Amino acid sequence: MPLTREQIASIAHLARLELKETEIPVYQQSLSSILDFVGELNRAATAGVEPMAHPLSGLAQRLRPDAVTERDAHEQYQANAPKVEAGLYLVPKVIE
Amino acid sequence: MSVFSRTVAELAAGLKAKEFSSVELAKLYLDRIEASQPALNAFISVTRDAALAAAAAADRALAAGRAGPLTGVPIAHKDIFCTSGVRTTCGSRMLDNFVSPYDATVVTKLAVAGTVMLGKTNMDEFAMGSSNETSYFGPVKNPWNPQMVPGGSSGGSAAAVAARLAPAATATDTGGSIRQPAALCGVTGLKPTYGRVSRYGMIAFASSLDQGGVIAASAEDAALILNVMAGFDPSDSTSVDRPVPSYEQSLNAPLKGLRIGLLKEFFEKGLEEQTEKRIREALAVYEKLGAQLKEVSLPSLPLSVPTYYVVAPAECSSNLARFDGVRFGHRAENPKDLMDLYCRSRGEGFGAEVKRRIMTGTYVLSAGYYDAYYLQAQKVRQLINRDFERAFEEVDVLMGPTTPTPAFELGAKTSDPITMYLNDIYTIGANLAGLPGLSIPCGFVGGLPVGLQIVGPHFGEEKILNAAHLYQKETDWHRRMPEKFA
Repeated sequence: MPLTREQIASIAHLARLELKETEIPVYQQSLSSILDFVGELNRAATAGVEPMAHPLSGLAQRLRPDAVTERDAHEQYQANAPKVEAGLYLVPKVIE
Repeated sequence: MSVFSRTVAELAAGLKAKEFSSVELAKLYLDRIEASQPALNAFISVTRDAALAAAAAADRALAAGRAGPLTGVPIAHKDIFCTSGVRTTCGSRMLDNFVSPYDATVVTKLAVAGTVMLGKTNMDEFAMGSSNETSYFGPVKNPWNPQMVPGGSSGGSAAAVAARLAPAATATDTGGSIRQPAALCGVTGLKPTYGRVSRYGMIAFASSLDQGGVIAASAEDAALILNVMAGFDPSDSTSVDRPVPSYEQSLNAPLKGLRIGLLKEFFEKGLEEQTEKRIREALAVYEKLGAQLKEVSLPSLPLSVPTYYVVAPAECSSNLARFDGVRFGHRAENPKDLMDLYCRSRGEGFGAEVKRRIMTGTYVLSAGYYDAYYLQAQKVRQLINRDFERAFEEVDVLMGPTTPTPAFELGAKTSDPITMYLNDIYTIGANLAGLPGLSIPCGFVGGLPVGLQIVGPHFGEEKILNAAHLYQKETDWHRRMPEKFA
Protein backbone atom coordinates (compact mmCIF):
# COMPACT_ATOMS: atom_id res chain seq x y z
CA MET A 1 0.00 0.00 0.00
CA PRO A 2 1.55 3.33 -1.01
CA LEU A 3 2.50 5.74 1.76
CA THR A 4 0.43 8.92 1.98
CA ARG A 5 1.77 12.49 1.96
CA GLU A 6 0.92 12.69 5.65
CA GLN A 7 2.92 9.54 6.43
CA ILE A 8 5.97 10.91 4.60
CA ALA A 9 5.63 14.21 6.46
CA SER A 10 5.40 12.36 9.76
CA ILE A 11 8.45 10.16 9.04
CA ALA A 12 10.42 13.23 7.94
CA HIS A 13 9.46 14.99 11.15
CA LEU A 14 10.54 12.01 13.29
CA ALA A 15 13.86 12.01 11.38
CA ARG A 16 14.18 15.80 11.77
CA LEU A 17 14.40 16.34 8.03
CA GLU A 18 12.76 19.30 6.34
CA LEU A 19 11.53 18.28 2.91
CA LYS A 20 10.64 20.60 0.05
CA GLU A 21 7.09 20.22 -1.30
CA THR A 22 8.51 18.75 -4.50
CA GLU A 23 10.45 16.08 -2.56
CA ILE A 24 7.37 14.60 -0.88
CA PRO A 25 5.88 12.78 -3.93
CA VAL A 26 9.37 11.48 -4.83
CA TYR A 27 9.76 9.88 -1.41
CA GLN A 28 6.14 8.68 -1.39
CA GLN A 29 6.92 6.72 -4.51
CA SER A 30 10.40 5.43 -3.62
CA LEU A 31 9.74 4.59 0.05
CA SER A 32 6.57 2.73 -0.94
CA SER A 33 8.46 0.65 -3.47
CA ILE A 34 11.28 -0.04 -0.94
CA LEU A 35 8.75 -1.17 1.68
CA ASP A 36 7.09 -3.39 -0.92
CA PHE A 37 10.47 -4.85 -1.80
CA VAL A 38 11.50 -5.58 1.81
CA GLY A 39 8.00 -6.90 2.53
CA GLU A 40 9.26 -10.10 0.90
CA LEU A 41 10.94 -10.85 4.25
CA ASN A 42 7.57 -11.66 5.76
CA ARG A 43 7.41 -14.80 3.66
CA ALA A 44 10.49 -16.27 5.40
CA ALA A 45 9.79 -18.89 8.07
CA THR A 46 11.46 -17.41 11.13
CA ALA A 47 9.51 -18.92 14.05
CA GLY A 48 11.92 -19.65 16.88
CA VAL A 49 14.89 -18.02 15.10
CA GLU A 50 17.13 -15.90 17.33
CA PRO A 51 17.43 -12.37 15.85
CA MET A 52 21.00 -11.51 14.82
CA ALA A 53 22.11 -8.02 15.82
CA HIS A 54 25.78 -8.26 14.84
CA PRO A 55 28.17 -10.84 13.36
CA LEU A 56 30.35 -11.39 16.44
CA SER A 57 28.37 -14.30 17.80
CA GLY A 58 29.45 -15.37 21.26
CA LEU A 59 31.35 -12.15 21.88
CA ALA A 60 30.01 -9.79 24.50
CA GLN A 61 30.66 -6.07 24.43
CA ARG A 62 33.83 -5.26 26.34
CA LEU A 63 33.81 -3.07 29.40
CA ARG A 64 36.71 -0.81 30.30
CA PRO A 65 37.76 0.48 33.72
CA ASP A 66 35.83 3.57 34.73
CA ALA A 67 38.85 5.84 34.50
CA VAL A 68 39.36 9.21 32.80
CA THR A 69 41.38 8.62 29.64
CA GLU A 70 40.45 11.64 27.54
CA ARG A 71 42.29 14.93 27.74
CA ASP A 72 40.32 18.17 27.57
CA ALA A 73 40.27 19.13 23.90
CA HIS A 74 37.09 21.20 23.81
CA GLU A 75 38.71 24.11 21.97
CA GLN A 76 39.91 21.80 19.24
CA TYR A 77 36.51 20.12 18.96
CA GLN A 78 34.61 23.38 19.06
CA ALA A 79 36.68 24.73 16.17
CA ASN A 80 34.24 22.74 14.00
CA ALA A 81 31.10 24.14 15.65
CA PRO A 82 28.93 26.59 13.72
CA LYS A 83 28.47 28.86 16.77
CA VAL A 84 30.37 28.88 20.07
CA GLU A 85 30.65 31.40 22.84
CA ALA A 86 32.67 31.07 26.08
CA GLY A 87 33.15 27.36 25.46
CA LEU A 88 29.42 26.78 24.96
CA TYR A 89 27.58 25.66 21.80
CA LEU A 90 25.02 28.28 20.82
CA VAL A 91 21.53 27.38 19.57
CA PRO A 92 18.35 29.46 19.20
CA LYS A 93 16.62 30.23 22.49
CA VAL A 94 14.87 27.11 23.80
CA ILE A 95 13.07 28.51 26.88
CA GLU A 96 11.39 31.92 26.65
CA MET B 1 59.04 -0.18 -16.50
CA SER B 2 56.99 2.90 -15.62
CA VAL B 3 56.74 3.67 -11.92
CA PHE B 4 52.96 3.64 -12.24
CA SER B 5 52.76 0.06 -13.39
CA ARG B 6 54.48 -1.08 -10.20
CA THR B 7 52.70 -2.72 -7.32
CA VAL B 8 53.15 -1.63 -3.70
CA ALA B 9 55.63 -4.46 -3.19
CA GLU B 10 57.62 -3.34 -6.25
CA LEU B 11 57.56 0.32 -5.21
CA ALA B 12 58.80 -0.59 -1.73
CA ALA B 13 61.64 -2.57 -3.32
CA GLY B 14 62.50 0.38 -5.60
CA LEU B 15 62.64 2.71 -2.60
CA LYS B 16 64.96 0.39 -0.71
CA ALA B 17 67.18 0.00 -3.81
CA LYS B 18 67.32 3.83 -4.11
CA GLU B 19 65.85 3.76 -7.63
CA PHE B 20 63.79 6.76 -6.55
CA SER B 21 63.11 8.61 -3.33
CA SER B 22 59.78 8.78 -1.55
CA VAL B 23 59.59 12.52 -2.29
CA GLU B 24 60.12 11.86 -6.02
CA LEU B 25 57.46 9.17 -5.93
CA ALA B 26 54.98 11.37 -4.07
CA LYS B 27 55.48 14.20 -6.59
CA LEU B 28 54.90 11.85 -9.53
CA TYR B 29 51.64 10.60 -8.06
CA LEU B 30 50.46 14.03 -6.89
CA ASP B 31 50.98 15.45 -10.40
CA ARG B 32 49.17 12.48 -11.89
CA ILE B 33 46.22 12.96 -9.51
CA GLU B 34 45.96 16.65 -10.36
CA ALA B 35 46.13 15.99 -14.10
CA SER B 36 43.39 13.34 -13.83
CA GLN B 37 40.90 15.33 -11.76
CA PRO B 38 38.92 16.91 -14.65
CA ALA B 39 38.49 13.50 -16.30
CA LEU B 40 37.96 11.21 -13.29
CA ASN B 41 37.15 13.31 -10.18
CA ALA B 42 38.54 10.49 -8.03
CA PHE B 43 39.71 12.80 -5.22
CA ILE B 44 37.91 15.22 -2.93
CA SER B 45 41.10 16.62 -1.34
CA VAL B 46 44.74 16.40 -2.39
CA THR B 47 47.16 16.86 0.52
CA ARG B 48 50.32 17.86 -1.33
CA ASP B 49 52.20 19.64 1.47
CA ALA B 50 51.51 16.95 4.07
CA ALA B 51 52.44 14.27 1.53
CA LEU B 52 55.78 15.87 0.72
CA ALA B 53 56.57 16.29 4.43
CA ALA B 54 55.66 12.64 5.15
CA ALA B 55 57.70 11.52 2.13
CA ALA B 56 60.74 13.48 3.34
CA ALA B 57 60.42 11.78 6.72
CA ALA B 58 60.16 8.40 4.97
CA ASP B 59 63.31 9.19 2.99
CA ARG B 60 65.16 9.91 6.25
CA ALA B 61 63.97 6.57 7.67
CA LEU B 62 65.06 4.79 4.49
CA ALA B 63 68.49 6.45 4.61
CA ALA B 64 68.90 5.54 8.28
CA GLY B 65 67.99 1.91 7.63
CA ARG B 66 64.82 2.21 9.75
CA ALA B 67 62.43 1.40 6.93
CA GLY B 68 59.57 -1.08 7.28
CA PRO B 69 57.88 -2.94 4.41
CA LEU B 70 55.71 0.05 3.44
CA THR B 71 57.96 3.00 4.31
CA GLY B 72 57.70 5.73 1.68
CA VAL B 73 54.90 4.10 -0.31
CA PRO B 74 52.13 6.53 -1.32
CA ILE B 75 48.54 5.73 -0.40
CA ALA B 76 45.14 7.41 -0.68
CA HIS B 77 42.45 7.34 1.99
CA LYS B 78 38.73 7.14 1.37
CA ASP B 79 37.21 10.37 2.64
CA ILE B 80 35.23 8.41 5.25
CA PHE B 81 38.37 8.02 7.40
CA CYS B 82 39.02 10.94 9.75
CA THR B 83 42.35 12.63 9.12
CA SER B 84 43.66 15.05 11.70
CA GLY B 85 43.82 18.64 10.44
CA VAL B 86 42.53 17.58 7.01
CA ARG B 87 39.00 18.12 5.72
CA THR B 88 36.98 14.90 6.05
CA THR B 89 33.70 15.19 4.14
CA CYS B 90 32.31 11.66 3.77
CA GLY B 91 31.14 12.86 0.36
CA SER B 92 28.51 15.09 1.95
CA ARG B 93 27.59 18.75 2.04
CA MET B 94 26.91 18.09 5.74
CA LEU B 95 30.66 17.74 6.39
CA ASP B 96 31.93 20.04 3.62
CA ASN B 97 33.61 22.23 6.24
CA PHE B 98 34.59 19.51 8.74
CA VAL B 99 38.26 19.34 9.68
CA SER B 100 38.80 16.26 11.79
CA PRO B 101 40.43 16.83 15.18
CA TYR B 102 41.86 13.29 15.18
CA ASP B 103 43.05 10.43 12.97
CA ALA B 104 41.14 7.19 12.41
CA THR B 105 43.07 4.21 13.81
CA VAL B 106 43.60 2.91 10.25
CA VAL B 107 45.11 6.25 9.23
CA THR B 108 47.38 6.30 12.28
CA LYS B 109 48.57 2.74 11.69
CA LEU B 110 49.35 3.37 8.03
CA ALA B 111 51.15 6.63 8.89
CA VAL B 112 53.23 4.91 11.58
CA ALA B 113 54.13 2.26 8.98
CA GLY B 114 55.61 5.07 6.88
CA THR B 115 53.05 5.30 4.09
CA VAL B 116 52.54 8.71 2.53
CA MET B 117 48.95 10.00 2.29
CA LEU B 118 48.36 11.66 -1.10
CA GLY B 119 44.79 12.77 -0.45
CA LYS B 120 41.20 11.76 0.23
CA THR B 121 39.18 9.86 -2.33
CA ASN B 122 35.69 10.62 -3.57
CA MET B 123 32.83 8.37 -2.48
CA ASP B 124 29.06 8.04 -2.39
CA GLU B 125 27.61 10.32 0.29
CA PHE B 126 28.07 8.65 3.68
CA ALA B 127 28.96 5.48 1.71
CA MET B 128 25.34 5.12 0.55
CA GLY B 129 25.41 4.21 -3.11
CA SER B 130 26.71 1.73 -5.65
CA SER B 131 27.80 4.10 -8.41
CA ASN B 132 29.50 7.10 -6.75
CA GLU B 133 26.74 9.27 -8.13
CA THR B 134 25.41 10.31 -4.70
CA SER B 135 28.61 12.24 -3.83
CA TYR B 136 28.07 15.94 -3.10
CA PHE B 137 31.37 16.47 -4.95
CA GLY B 138 30.14 14.96 -8.21
CA PRO B 139 30.42 11.47 -9.67
CA VAL B 140 33.68 9.63 -10.27
CA LYS B 141 34.23 8.29 -13.79
CA ASN B 142 35.40 4.78 -14.58
CA PRO B 143 38.98 4.94 -15.94
CA TRP B 144 38.19 2.12 -18.41
CA ASN B 145 35.40 4.16 -19.97
CA PRO B 146 34.39 7.61 -18.67
CA GLN B 147 30.75 7.06 -19.72
CA MET B 148 30.54 4.36 -17.07
CA VAL B 149 30.29 4.47 -13.29
CA PRO B 150 33.23 3.21 -11.20
CA GLY B 151 30.88 1.53 -8.72
CA GLY B 152 30.48 2.60 -5.13
CA SER B 153 30.64 3.58 -2.49
CA SER B 154 34.47 3.42 -2.64
CA GLY B 155 34.40 4.53 -6.30
CA GLY B 156 37.14 7.12 -5.84
CA SER B 157 39.51 4.61 -4.25
CA ALA B 158 38.83 2.00 -6.96
CA ALA B 159 39.18 4.48 -9.85
CA ALA B 160 42.35 5.92 -8.28
CA VAL B 161 44.00 2.50 -8.12
CA ALA B 162 42.74 1.50 -11.59
CA ALA B 163 44.26 4.67 -13.11
CA ARG B 164 47.30 4.25 -10.83
CA LEU B 165 46.77 7.67 -9.25
CA ALA B 166 47.81 5.82 -6.09
CA PRO B 167 49.24 2.33 -5.82
CA ALA B 168 46.67 1.49 -3.13
CA ALA B 169 43.82 3.11 -1.26
CA THR B 170 41.82 2.46 1.87
CA ALA B 171 38.12 1.77 1.44
CA THR B 172 35.09 0.58 3.40
CA ASP B 173 32.46 -2.04 2.72
CA THR B 174 28.96 -2.09 4.24
CA GLY B 175 27.15 -4.01 1.50
CA GLY B 176 29.81 -4.38 -1.19
CA SER B 177 31.41 -0.93 -1.25
CA ILE B 178 34.96 -2.31 -1.61
CA ARG B 179 34.33 -5.39 -3.75
CA GLN B 180 31.79 -3.95 -6.20
CA PRO B 181 33.86 -0.89 -7.28
CA ALA B 182 37.01 -3.06 -7.32
CA ALA B 183 35.23 -5.39 -9.76
CA LEU B 184 33.91 -2.55 -11.94
CA CYS B 185 37.35 -0.88 -12.09
CA GLY B 186 39.42 -4.05 -12.57
CA VAL B 187 41.39 -3.93 -9.31
CA THR B 188 41.76 -6.06 -6.19
CA GLY B 189 39.50 -5.16 -3.26
CA LEU B 190 39.54 -6.82 0.15
CA LYS B 191 36.83 -6.54 2.80
CA PRO B 192 38.14 -8.18 5.99
CA THR B 193 36.12 -10.03 8.64
CA TYR B 194 33.89 -7.79 10.76
CA GLY B 195 36.00 -6.75 13.76
CA ARG B 196 39.36 -7.40 12.06
CA VAL B 197 40.07 -3.74 11.23
CA SER B 198 39.26 -0.92 13.64
CA ARG B 199 36.25 1.24 12.84
CA TYR B 200 37.47 4.04 15.13
CA GLY B 201 37.43 7.29 13.16
CA MET B 202 35.68 5.65 10.22
CA ILE B 203 32.45 7.63 9.90
CA ALA B 204 29.65 5.22 10.77
CA PHE B 205 26.91 4.22 8.33
CA ALA B 206 25.63 0.82 9.58
CA SER B 207 27.70 -0.23 12.57
CA SER B 208 26.96 -3.97 12.47
CA LEU B 209 28.00 -4.16 8.79
CA ASP B 210 30.71 -1.51 8.21
CA GLN B 211 34.24 -2.80 7.77
CA GLY B 212 37.39 -1.03 6.59
CA GLY B 213 39.65 -2.63 4.03
CA VAL B 214 41.85 -1.94 1.06
CA ILE B 215 41.84 -1.60 -2.71
CA ALA B 216 45.14 -2.36 -4.44
CA ALA B 217 46.54 -3.68 -7.71
CA SER B 218 47.17 -7.19 -6.41
CA ALA B 219 46.32 -9.63 -3.64
CA GLU B 220 49.94 -9.48 -2.48
CA ASP B 221 49.62 -5.71 -2.00
CA ALA B 222 46.32 -6.13 -0.19
CA ALA B 223 48.06 -8.62 2.16
CA LEU B 224 50.93 -6.21 2.86
CA ILE B 225 48.51 -3.41 3.70
CA LEU B 226 46.17 -5.59 5.73
CA ASN B 227 49.19 -6.57 7.87
CA VAL B 228 49.29 -2.93 9.00
CA MET B 229 45.55 -2.13 9.10
CA ALA B 230 44.39 -5.19 11.06
CA GLY B 231 44.49 -5.64 14.80
CA PHE B 232 42.83 -4.99 18.09
CA ASP B 233 41.87 -1.42 18.97
CA PRO B 234 40.52 -0.60 22.43
CA SER B 235 38.85 2.49 20.89
CA ASP B 236 36.47 0.30 18.84
CA SER B 237 34.11 -1.73 21.03
CA THR B 238 33.59 -4.29 18.25
CA SER B 239 37.28 -4.75 17.48
CA VAL B 240 38.27 -8.39 17.95
CA ASP B 241 41.28 -9.16 20.15
CA ARG B 242 42.98 -11.83 18.13
CA PRO B 243 46.54 -12.08 16.79
CA VAL B 244 47.22 -10.77 13.28
CA PRO B 245 49.10 -13.25 11.08
CA SER B 246 51.64 -12.10 8.48
CA TYR B 247 49.27 -12.30 5.56
CA GLU B 248 52.05 -12.46 2.95
CA GLN B 249 53.46 -15.65 4.54
CA SER B 250 50.66 -17.88 3.32
CA LEU B 251 50.22 -16.34 -0.15
CA ASN B 252 51.98 -19.19 -1.92
CA ALA B 253 50.45 -22.17 -0.10
CA PRO B 254 49.51 -24.74 -2.78
CA LEU B 255 45.81 -24.90 -3.69
CA LYS B 256 45.78 -28.63 -4.34
CA GLY B 257 42.67 -30.05 -2.71
CA LEU B 258 41.16 -26.62 -1.95
CA ARG B 259 37.40 -27.08 -1.81
CA ILE B 260 35.71 -24.24 -3.68
CA GLY B 261 31.98 -23.81 -3.23
CA LEU B 262 30.07 -22.34 -6.14
CA LEU B 263 27.02 -20.54 -4.86
CA LYS B 264 24.11 -21.91 -6.85
CA GLU B 265 22.09 -18.78 -6.12
CA PHE B 266 24.80 -16.59 -7.71
CA PHE B 267 24.62 -18.34 -11.05
CA GLU B 268 20.87 -18.09 -11.43
CA LYS B 269 18.81 -15.45 -13.20
CA GLY B 270 20.23 -11.96 -13.51
CA LEU B 271 23.84 -12.92 -14.18
CA GLU B 272 24.88 -11.49 -17.54
CA GLU B 273 25.99 -14.22 -19.94
CA GLN B 274 29.47 -12.95 -20.86
CA THR B 275 30.21 -12.11 -17.22
CA GLU B 276 29.35 -15.68 -16.29
CA LYS B 277 31.74 -16.92 -19.00
CA ARG B 278 34.64 -14.94 -17.48
CA ILE B 279 33.82 -16.38 -14.05
CA ARG B 280 33.70 -19.96 -15.40
CA GLU B 281 37.07 -19.38 -17.10
CA ALA B 282 38.56 -18.23 -13.80
CA LEU B 283 37.16 -21.29 -12.06
CA ALA B 284 38.86 -23.46 -14.69
CA VAL B 285 42.19 -21.89 -13.68
CA TYR B 286 41.52 -23.02 -10.10
CA GLU B 287 40.75 -26.53 -11.28
CA LYS B 288 44.07 -26.52 -13.12
CA LEU B 289 45.72 -25.53 -9.82
CA GLY B 290 44.26 -28.62 -8.19
CA ALA B 291 41.19 -27.17 -6.49
CA GLN B 292 37.86 -29.02 -6.43
CA LEU B 293 34.67 -27.26 -7.43
CA LYS B 294 31.45 -28.10 -5.70
CA GLU B 295 28.03 -26.51 -6.02
CA VAL B 296 26.54 -25.35 -2.73
CA SER B 297 23.15 -23.84 -2.07
CA LEU B 298 22.34 -21.09 0.42
CA PRO B 299 18.54 -21.08 0.25
CA SER B 300 18.07 -17.90 2.32
CA LEU B 301 20.65 -15.90 0.35
CA PRO B 302 18.12 -14.46 -2.15
CA LEU B 303 16.66 -12.56 0.83
CA SER B 304 19.95 -10.78 1.54
CA VAL B 305 19.12 -7.58 -0.36
CA PRO B 306 15.74 -6.99 1.37
CA THR B 307 17.34 -7.90 4.73
CA TYR B 308 20.10 -5.37 4.13
CA TYR B 309 17.64 -2.65 3.10
CA VAL B 310 15.96 -2.91 6.50
CA VAL B 311 19.04 -3.39 8.72
CA ALA B 312 21.34 -0.84 7.04
CA PRO B 313 18.83 2.05 6.88
CA ALA B 314 17.77 1.35 10.49
CA GLU B 315 21.36 1.63 11.70
CA CYS B 316 21.97 4.62 9.42
CA SER B 317 18.98 6.53 10.78
CA SER B 318 20.38 6.06 14.27
CA ASN B 319 24.02 6.84 13.40
CA LEU B 320 23.22 9.92 11.36
CA ALA B 321 21.14 11.42 14.17
CA ARG B 322 24.43 12.95 15.40
CA PHE B 323 24.39 15.46 12.54
CA ASP B 324 22.24 18.08 14.20
CA GLY B 325 23.79 21.37 13.08
CA VAL B 326 24.91 22.13 16.65
CA ARG B 327 28.36 20.71 17.32
CA PHE B 328 29.82 20.31 13.83
CA GLY B 329 28.75 20.10 10.22
CA HIS B 330 26.32 22.16 8.20
CA ARG B 331 23.97 24.61 9.95
CA ALA B 332 21.07 26.34 8.19
CA GLU B 333 21.03 30.16 8.10
CA ASN B 334 18.84 32.08 10.58
CA PRO B 335 17.01 29.23 12.31
CA LYS B 336 13.81 30.45 13.96
CA ASP B 337 13.94 27.88 16.74
CA LEU B 338 15.80 24.69 17.68
CA MET B 339 13.44 22.41 15.71
CA ASP B 340 13.87 24.57 12.63
CA LEU B 341 17.66 24.43 13.12
CA TYR B 342 17.66 20.62 13.23
CA CYS B 343 15.24 20.07 10.36
CA ARG B 344 16.64 22.60 7.92
CA SER B 345 20.31 21.82 8.70
CA ARG B 346 19.65 18.13 8.01
CA GLY B 347 17.31 18.77 5.08
CA GLU B 348 19.95 20.97 3.40
CA GLY B 349 23.04 19.03 4.50
CA PHE B 350 22.00 15.56 3.34
CA GLY B 351 21.48 14.52 -0.27
CA ALA B 352 18.49 12.65 -1.69
CA GLU B 353 19.71 9.06 -1.19
CA VAL B 354 20.89 9.67 2.39
CA LYS B 355 17.50 11.20 3.24
CA ARG B 356 15.77 8.22 1.62
CA ARG B 357 17.72 5.80 3.80
CA ILE B 358 17.27 7.81 6.98
CA MET B 359 13.52 7.87 6.39
CA THR B 360 13.38 4.15 5.51
CA GLY B 361 15.26 3.42 8.73
CA THR B 362 13.08 5.73 10.77
CA TYR B 363 9.99 3.99 9.44
CA VAL B 364 11.14 0.41 10.07
CA LEU B 365 12.17 1.31 13.63
CA SER B 366 9.01 3.24 14.46
CA ALA B 367 6.35 2.02 16.88
CA GLY B 368 4.09 -0.57 15.29
CA TYR B 369 6.53 -1.48 12.49
CA TYR B 370 9.61 -2.56 14.46
CA ASP B 371 8.60 -6.24 14.79
CA ALA B 372 7.30 -6.61 11.25
CA TYR B 373 10.37 -5.10 9.60
CA TYR B 374 13.42 -4.73 11.82
CA LEU B 375 13.06 -7.78 14.06
CA GLN B 376 12.02 -9.94 11.10
CA ALA B 377 15.08 -8.73 9.13
CA GLN B 378 17.35 -9.64 12.04
CA LYS B 379 15.86 -13.13 12.06
CA VAL B 380 16.35 -13.57 8.33
CA ARG B 381 19.90 -12.30 8.83
CA GLN B 382 20.39 -15.21 11.22
CA LEU B 383 19.06 -17.65 8.59
CA ILE B 384 21.53 -16.30 6.03
CA ASN B 385 24.33 -16.53 8.60
CA ARG B 386 23.48 -20.18 9.30
CA ASP B 387 23.44 -20.92 5.56
CA PHE B 388 27.01 -19.65 5.35
CA GLU B 389 28.05 -21.64 8.45
CA ARG B 390 26.69 -24.82 6.88
CA ALA B 391 28.41 -24.08 3.57
CA PHE B 392 31.79 -23.67 5.29
CA GLU B 393 31.43 -27.12 6.82
CA GLU B 394 31.63 -28.49 3.26
CA VAL B 395 33.98 -26.09 1.48
CA ASP B 396 37.01 -23.88 2.27
CA VAL B 397 36.03 -20.82 0.25
CA LEU B 398 33.05 -19.68 -1.81
CA MET B 399 33.45 -18.23 -5.29
CA GLY B 400 31.21 -16.49 -7.76
CA PRO B 401 30.75 -13.21 -9.58
CA THR B 402 31.17 -9.96 -7.63
CA THR B 403 28.49 -8.21 -9.69
CA PRO B 404 25.80 -9.39 -12.13
CA THR B 405 27.11 -7.15 -14.96
CA PRO B 406 30.18 -5.03 -15.73
CA ALA B 407 30.04 -1.26 -15.10
CA PHE B 408 26.83 0.47 -16.19
CA GLU B 409 26.38 3.93 -17.66
CA LEU B 410 26.30 7.06 -15.53
CA GLY B 411 22.68 7.96 -14.85
CA ALA B 412 21.35 4.55 -15.89
CA LYS B 413 20.08 3.55 -12.44
CA THR B 414 19.66 6.82 -10.57
CA SER B 415 15.90 7.08 -11.02
CA ASP B 416 15.03 3.70 -9.48
CA PRO B 417 16.61 2.95 -6.09
CA ILE B 418 15.68 -0.76 -6.18
CA THR B 419 17.52 -1.33 -9.50
CA MET B 420 20.56 0.36 -7.96
CA TYR B 421 20.28 -1.70 -4.76
CA LEU B 422 20.23 -4.96 -6.74
CA ASN B 423 23.74 -4.26 -7.97
CA ASP B 424 24.97 -5.48 -4.58
CA ILE B 425 23.04 -8.76 -4.76
CA TYR B 426 26.20 -10.91 -4.63
CA THR B 427 28.16 -8.88 -2.08
CA ILE B 428 25.67 -8.15 0.72
CA GLY B 429 25.61 -11.70 2.14
CA ALA B 430 29.21 -11.45 3.37
CA ASN B 431 28.40 -8.25 5.26
CA LEU B 432 25.31 -9.70 6.92
CA ALA B 433 27.35 -12.68 8.15
CA GLY B 434 30.51 -10.60 8.85
CA LEU B 435 32.66 -12.70 6.50
CA PRO B 436 35.84 -11.66 4.68
CA GLY B 437 35.52 -11.30 0.92
CA LEU B 438 37.55 -10.01 -1.95
CA SER B 439 37.20 -9.27 -5.63
CA ILE B 440 39.92 -9.79 -8.22
CA PRO B 441 39.89 -8.95 -11.93
CA CYS B 442 39.30 -12.01 -14.14
CA GLY B 443 38.81 -10.67 -17.65
CA PHE B 444 36.76 -8.21 -19.67
CA VAL B 445 33.37 -7.87 -21.31
CA GLY B 446 33.14 -5.15 -23.96
CA GLY B 447 36.33 -3.51 -22.69
CA LEU B 448 35.06 -3.40 -19.10
CA PRO B 449 36.55 -5.47 -16.25
CA VAL B 450 34.81 -8.39 -14.56
CA GLY B 451 35.42 -9.33 -10.92
CA LEU B 452 35.67 -12.78 -9.36
CA GLN B 453 34.50 -12.80 -5.75
CA ILE B 454 36.08 -15.06 -3.12
CA VAL B 455 34.45 -15.29 0.31
CA GLY B 456 36.02 -17.07 3.28
CA PRO B 457 34.93 -18.12 6.76
CA HIS B 458 35.42 -15.71 9.68
CA PHE B 459 39.10 -14.67 9.92
CA GLY B 460 39.82 -16.61 6.72
CA GLU B 461 41.71 -13.68 5.12
CA GLU B 462 44.86 -15.78 4.68
CA LYS B 463 43.04 -18.40 2.64
CA ILE B 464 41.21 -16.00 0.32
CA LEU B 465 44.35 -13.90 -0.24
CA ASN B 466 46.28 -17.10 -0.95
CA ALA B 467 43.68 -18.20 -3.51
CA ALA B 468 43.64 -14.73 -5.11
CA HIS B 469 47.45 -14.49 -5.25
CA LEU B 470 47.94 -17.85 -6.93
CA TYR B 471 45.32 -16.93 -9.54
CA GLN B 472 47.22 -13.70 -10.17
CA LYS B 473 50.42 -15.68 -10.68
CA GLU B 474 48.65 -17.63 -13.45
CA THR B 475 46.98 -14.64 -15.13
CA ASP B 476 47.79 -11.02 -15.89
CA TRP B 477 44.33 -9.39 -15.67
CA HIS B 478 45.46 -7.49 -12.57
CA ARG B 479 48.39 -6.06 -14.58
CA ARG B 480 46.14 -4.54 -17.26
CA MET B 481 45.80 -0.79 -17.15
CA PRO B 482 43.27 1.45 -18.94
CA GLU B 483 44.87 2.73 -22.16
CA LYS B 484 44.68 6.41 -21.22
CA PHE B 485 46.48 5.74 -17.95
CA ALA B 486 48.97 3.07 -19.01
